[in-house]
Amino acid sequence: MQFNPKQNYIQTRKNIGYVPRLEASQKDYDRIGFMSGLEVHQQLLTKEKLFCHCPAGIYHKSDDYDAELIRHMRPTLSELGEYDGTALMEFRTRKEIIYRIKNENACTYEVDDTPPFPINREALEIALEISLLSKLNVVGEVHITRKQYLDGSIPTGFQRTAILGVEGELELPKKKVRLIQLSIEEDSCREISDIGHTRTYKTDRLGMPLIETVTYPDFVNPEEVMEGCDYIRFLNRSTGKVRTGMGAGRQDVNVSCRGGSRVEIKGVAHSKWIPELTHNEAFRQWALLHIKDQLLKSISEPKNWKIHSMELSELKDVNAEKIYAVNLPGFHGLLSHFTQPGKSFADEIGDRLSVIACLEQPFMMHSEMLEPVLGEEEWESIRISLDAAKEDAQIIFWANEEDVKTALETIEERCQMAFEGVPNETRKSFVDGTTIFERVLPGADRMYPDTDSAPIPLEDEYITRLAENLPVDVIENHKQLLDWGVSSETFTYIFSKNLFPIIEKTINTLKLDPKYIGMFFGLRLKFAEGQYKKGLEFNYNMVYALFAWLVKSDIDIKLAEKMLPELIQHPKMDFASILETIGFKKIDRESILSKIPILMNKFAEGKTEVNPIHQKNWVMGQLRNTALGNINLTELSKTI
Amino acid sequence: MDSDIFQGYKGDALEVLKKYQVRVWGTTKVETTRGTFEGTVLPRAENDDDKHIVVKIITGYNIGIDIRTITTMEETGYKKANYKIPEKQFPFTPGLPSVKLFGTGGTIASRLDYRTGAVIPAFSPGELYGAVPELADICNLDTEKVFAVFSENMGPKQYMALAKAIGKEIENGIDGIVIGHGTDTLHHTGAALTFMCQNLPVPVVLVGSQRSSDRPSSDAALNLMHAMKAAGTSDIAEVMVCMFGPTSDEYGLLHKGTRVRKMHSSYRSTFRTIGDTPLARISRKEINPIKQHYNKRRNDKEVKILPYFSDKVTMLYYYPGMAADTLDALVEKGYKGIIFVGTGLGHVNKELYPAIERAQAKGVHMYMTLQTLWGYVHMFVYDTGRDMMAKGIIPAGNMLPEVAWVKLSWILGQTEDPEKVKEMMLTPVNDEITLREPYNGYLVYQGGVPEVEDFIKDVHK
Repeated sequence: MQFNPKQNYIQTRKNIGYVPRLEASQKDYDRIGFMSGLEVHQQLLTKEKLFCHCPAGIYHKSDDYDAELIRHMRPTLSELGEYDGTALMEFRTRKEIIYRIKNENACTYEVDDTPPFPINREALEIALEISLLSKLNVVGEVHITRKQYLDGSIPTGFQRTAILGVEGELELPKKKVRLIQLSIEEDSCREISDIGHTRTYKTDRLGMPLIETVTYPDFVNPEEVMEGCDYIRFLNRSTGKVRTGMGAGRQDVNVSCRGGSRVEIKGVAHSKWIPELTHNEAFRQWALLHIKDQLLKSISEPKNWKIHSMELSELKDVNAEKIYAVNLPGFHGLLSHFTQPGKSFADEIGDRLSVIACLEQPFMMHSEMLEPVLGEEEWESIRISLDAAKEDAQIIFWANEEDVKTALETIEERCQMAFEGVPNETRKSFVDGTTIFERVLPGADRMYPDTDSAPIPLEDEYITRLAENLPVDVIENHKQLLDWGVSSETFTYIFSKNLFPIIEKTINTLKLDPKYIGMFFGLRLKFAEGQYKKGLEFNYNMVYALFAWLVKSDIDIKLAEKMLPELIQHPKMDFASILETIGFKKIDRESILSKIPILMNKFAEGKTEVNPIHQKNWVMGQLRNTALGNINLTELSKTI
Repeated sequence: MDSDIFQGYKGDALEVLKKYQVRVWGTTKVETTRGTFEGTVLPRAENDDDKHIVVKIITGYNIGIDIRTITTMEETGYKKANYKIPEKQFPFTPGLPSVKLFGTGGTIASRLDYRTGAVIPAFSPGELYGAVPELADICNLDTEKVFAVFSENMGPKQYMALAKAIGKEIENGIDGIVIGHGTDTLHHTGAALTFMCQNLPVPVVLVGSQRSSDRPSSDAALNLMHAMKAAGTSDIAEVMVCMFGPTSDEYGLLHKGTRVRKMHSSYRSTFRTIGDTPLARISRKEINPIKQHYNKRRNDKEVKILPYFSDKVTMLYYYPGMAADTLDALVEKGYKGIIFVGTGLGHVNKELYPAIERAQAKGVHMYMTLQTLWGYVHMFVYDTGRDMMAKGIIPAGNMLPEVAWVKLSWILGQTEDPEKVKEMMLTPVNDEITLREPYNGYLVYQGGVPEVEDFIKDVHK
């Protein structure tokens, strides 16, 4: 029977026991030994950048710049005398890095033509507060370290970063998560494009103060990772001193399965994407281990395993690129082996070719494509030319002459790694929950002391003073909300917007019903924010001010429900004018109550039989608008 | 012994390490009032305080632990770092020019020094090849560490040693010489070697880096490649400085040793030719001359090595209201040559006149240069200028102040005859005084050749 890649893909997916996330249970995750940890990045709300005096938080469009400059990166030795694997990989890509600079938000420091200025104290203090909130052991002296990044995302080739605390703890509603460390660091450039051997960045975000909270791999299922991420974000935001909005918080998620390796999924912008990504990554690793088992069964000496390649000179490529055919001995049935939804092992090779050899899409075909382009006859002739056996698989790729060597090395390297199982990688995420290779995972070998900066001592007195003025733990607020009877569905919104302090103030200062106020912020405010266009000047303290004004004016606070949409859209309007806009008139309760008999009669007019419930509802409807704010509606209903 | 085991620690911190018997490079577990810390104890920079111990934690980061918070600590292991730039035999390729690289220190190839926390130079053909393998495509390289000093410690002794070493290499038939050098005083050395090594048959290229080679974005690798190419293949047989043109990793500029100056404390493209245009633009692919006339490469070995230097020459940077006793003090201390760095066209105030007269009477050789750097000294325009010339101050044309200091030192190392000194000072060896200043010398933005030249051509100035 002829080999069918599609069937093989489905069969291998079944063989490894893949289950879609929504059908997966803790049992499935225990079976594959799901393990995950987080690195949560959070921009700090400061006026200036971390190591220079450029303004922070001013962004510009990719084509709006004053100058461009070029750098090439070379790997250098770490403090302990080692080269870092990622650095060597990046060097092989031979990238030319272009930086776009705007005078408004970048100076000679960003482009590495001026040494760092002393660290931004405002940023350091915020980061220390968050370290204390995270119950970390705060260091005695801050040492600025250089962390190599040869991808060009920082023009120096390294990020200045420093540890502020180690070994902390985060309390989630159902479990405690241990923290490895918290560091303060400068943010990197934003990538504009990456085509062939040219990568372009803009420098607006570069140098902005950022913290990174790193957890131990204590999470045992995808939902828990998301919850942990949310809680770290809530904790950061509870200080009110961090940036919010797109890109202000990003996380890297570390995942492995039993027998797998640490793989870091980089730059996940939303915590809600975490479950699907971690689920798929754990199963991808499980699949790679399965591939390893199969290879080790069929190939006796993995160390001697080699590819065999030849140039296909009879085929001419339109772009005058070279076309090569590569034989992968013993890989039959593996190129179409399931790895992720919609992806197979061949993609593992293709992704690396794209990144390391800088081949431009499309650049590859193989003998087990799920949607074949070449016919079986053509592959047969290629197999004959390559002198391939039937247990082998084949790849064809096309590339510029100077990239061929790296491409062949990359194919061989990735296949050799298959014998080992799961390579340590950083991977880039997609919204559909799949990932692709980004870089070799860097290790501790990329660290180097920053010889341009002096250590910064942190005296006990200073740390104690900071510790005395911290906001309350998120988990305590969580318990308080539950006590008040506020539904837990509203918590994500309340904590992510750091609304708890305002809710607490509204309840305590104005002596209002905690449950009502909690739900008002958690549901009505959230709904109104999503429904109406928010005025620029709007802030959440205005909601407190609204309640305070209603109480003072002796108007039923429920009128806030009607006023809120107006307040959000027109935050500059005073409360009295809002009342007018929504057609509210202050009428004393006696006059409202006095209308009841008249309305009752009006409903009954001309009717032979009066349903008292219908009558009551109709009268309530007639009086509702007038009554709202002047009289408690329950009381009115009772009176009727 | 202490200095090895407790490298860089002193005072209280040293006592703590001794008390708990924890060595530098020892792995340790430290209990403190701020919690537990684990990692490897690192050496401490000499100038840092004695209240902290530096530890590298498992994630590779360094932290400091306040010794006043330590309740106990113990050594749990030991692993000394072996910091070594990977060495590979520099390959010999027939047909490529042979280039000699003299090492003097500086940041061309460097590694970390725990004593100061700064970087110290490391250097050998093997190390260089390990770090910049592309060099093997440019030339066959041999290296010699003439001495190892920081740029600011370069001085007369080193100039003379280098001049002699250059003479020897030319005698051996080398195709070109590169000198690795810290950047701070690169231009002083450039001037000194121009005067000490005359009638050169091959290029002598001074090169440094503004970002040490322990950084991924260092300019060292590209500067080295440019310098090797200039030394091995260019036909410009002069003492030159080869450094970045723009700050981008694009091309370098070759500057005359007598007309170049470091003009920015940290920019990569810090070196600029003053009062002229650079000699040439150099990239990994090609060398494009900017100046039409220069000394050409020759096949002979007829170099003249003149290693002389007097340490009795000083400079006086004038400021408004400068008192006469500043000059008197220098003369009293026995200085025989003084380079004035004057304002505008070359001026100092009248209060200095009596002191100048006293210096003249003592036979001190006095020359005037400019704070403006650009342009010529012109002492005929105003009375003050004429007064000063009458009192023995000689205008040094458009010679740069540092170059004038180097040259007068070099001359006074040979003769003190005022007429002879004056003749030598004012007769240029290699454009330290030029007869003409090209209209675009001042205007050319030396990081944008040829784009800015087009701009200068097209736009009214």
